[in-house]
Amino acid sequence: MLKFVVKRCVSVVPILMGVSLLAFGLGLLTPGDPAAMALSRDGVSEVTPELLEAKREELGLNDSGFVQYIRWARKAVCGDLGRSYSDNTQVSGEFMRRLPVTLQLAFCSLFLVGIFGTLLGVFSAAFVNRIPDHSMKFFTNLLMAIPSFWLAILLIIIFGEKLKILPTNGVGGFRYLILPSVSLASANIAMTQRLMRSSMLTEFGKQYILAADAKGIKKSWLLFNHAFPNALLPVVTMLGNYLGGILGGSVIIENLFSLPGIGSYVLDAIHARDYPVIQGYVLFTGLIYTVVSLAVDLICAWLNPKIRLGGIR
Amino acid sequence: MRKSQLIPGMFGIFILTVILLASILAPVLAPYEPNAIHMAGTLMPPCASHIMGTDLLGRDIFSRILYGGRSSILLALAATIVSMLAGMTVGTFAGYYGGVFDDIVLIFMNVFQGLPGTSLMIAIAGILGPSFESLMIALVLTSWTGFARIVRTETLRLKEENFIQGLKCLGVSSQGIIWKHIVPNLKGNTMVLFATRIGRSILSISGLSFLGLGIQPPDPDWSVMLNDARMNFRSAPYLIMAPGICLVLLLLGINLVGDMLRDLTDNKTGEAGGY
Repeated sequence: MLKFVVKRCVSVVPILMGVSLLAFGLGLLTPGDPAAMALSRDGVSEVTPELLEAKREELGLNDSGFVQYIRWARKAVCGDLGRSYSDNTQVSGEFMRRLPVTLQLAFCSLFLVGIFGTLLGVFSAAFVNRIPDHSMKFFTNLLMAIPSFWLAILLIIIFGEKLKILPTNGVGGFRYLILPSVSLASANIAMTQRLMRSSMLTEFGKQYILAADAKGIKKSWLLFNHAFPNALLPVVTMLGNYLGGILGGSVIIENLFSLPGIGSYVLDAIHARDYPVIQGYVLFTGLIYTVVSLAVDLICAWLNPKIRLGGIR
Repeated sequence: MRKSQLIPGMFGIFILTVILLASILAPVLAPYEPNAIHMAGTLMPPCASHIMGTDLLGRDIFSRILYGGRSSILLALAATIVSMLAGMTVGTFAGYYGGVFDDIVLIFMNVFQGLPGTSLMIAIAGILGPSFESLMIALVLTSWTGFARIVRTETLRLKEENFIQGLKCLGVSSQGIIWKHIVPNLKGNTMVLFATRIGRSILSISGLSFLGLGIQPPDPDWSVMLNDARMNFRSAPYLIMAPGICLVLLLLGINLVGDMLRDLTDNKTGEAGGY
């Protein structure tokens, strides 16, 4: 187990380095002169070539790309992502301040995905190739076809405007998170449902189920106490992957529901051409995603006795 | 495979045919110019002269709906074809030759998959500014890995098969083996992934367009129409119904066809969990 943990942790290092290179590279792609932008941020209206040159030297833009990357990465490791062009605040500070909102939203939707995805998957597997299963297949196809933002608008109209039972913008407790997390979760629920179903069917095909069935164990007991725990493992692995989609999707949803998370921050930054923030966003989401995937992998390894006791790898 | 199992797939093909025909024939079918502004009749609910009503600028919604699928469908097709070609090339060569090239490709794939795709896409489109090219770059950069990974795994498996080993013994060149024997065998998997990816690309394009980072107004596009309706949908819900339903139908059609392809090729490793 220890060997597996070490190996998995080490494998994250090149990924994080690549992600940071990508984030840095995006900064190089920016149209326009960063020195000029930094000057306008500082409130200099008369931009002379001398001032520009001095600013370039100050920001280190005359060094080679590699030197710039090392300098940027060293700062980023210490949590310094530079200052925003629009209001001169620390980018990382603002991210940390807004992160809880996004994480609450993300974990609320992951929770919904976990519960409903697995339960509906078991439901389908229990009625495999019968009418409930076929209808569920169509239903999940439909869920996957509904863009989250359109679902969000529909939910706002139904629950916010017509029924007036749920708040549709701002933060303030659990009630405010219901509509956003349902909109984010729906497509992922459908994908989890399918994965859970096929995972259950794989278990059904195994010998131990056949043996238990032959011994006359009740079908429902077989379903929930034998097949279910084993079928859950691949699904848990995928939940980490869905977090990536949820983090990206939260940009739209936070914007629609006026939630002050990192998604709405980066959207404002895009409209204001605030590049350090966009760069920081790529690095930040990459980091969260990698760390969570690592955690999920380790949890799965721990749940799986084959790996925990050192059989595999 | 029973015939009744093909019904959802046929339904999907039907939906897609209708949408494609409507998009192609839009200039003939549309009763009004999609961008003609008519300030005397703004925000009209559905009526006899405007069967889906008019928007904030008095443009006929039905005409805009007919044109609304064009840009996203073409863009998604183009982006998915480019990612497929890129992913297949990289994947086959990495899988077939192995070695250092394979290691480098693996690192690249891990990096691109280590980033949440949508976030990266939003960042790229945001930095490069909204345009056709930046959307293409954003889509291709985030979806080539899917193809590359599946093709690489498949090539690794095929490479060890007896018939390939036999061809090697007969002295067939590597190029010959790759193009004539490995690539044709990748058809089933890539076709299924292609269908899934087209759906994903359309979802991504619509999300970006809804945020104002993709297809730009006044282009008649379903997501742009949804974005235009943001201030008014509470009082005029019909503004968001037609474009939203069209998007859902398009995606549903693609999903159903993808499912059918997966069943037909007996592919159990699809991204959607394999039905």
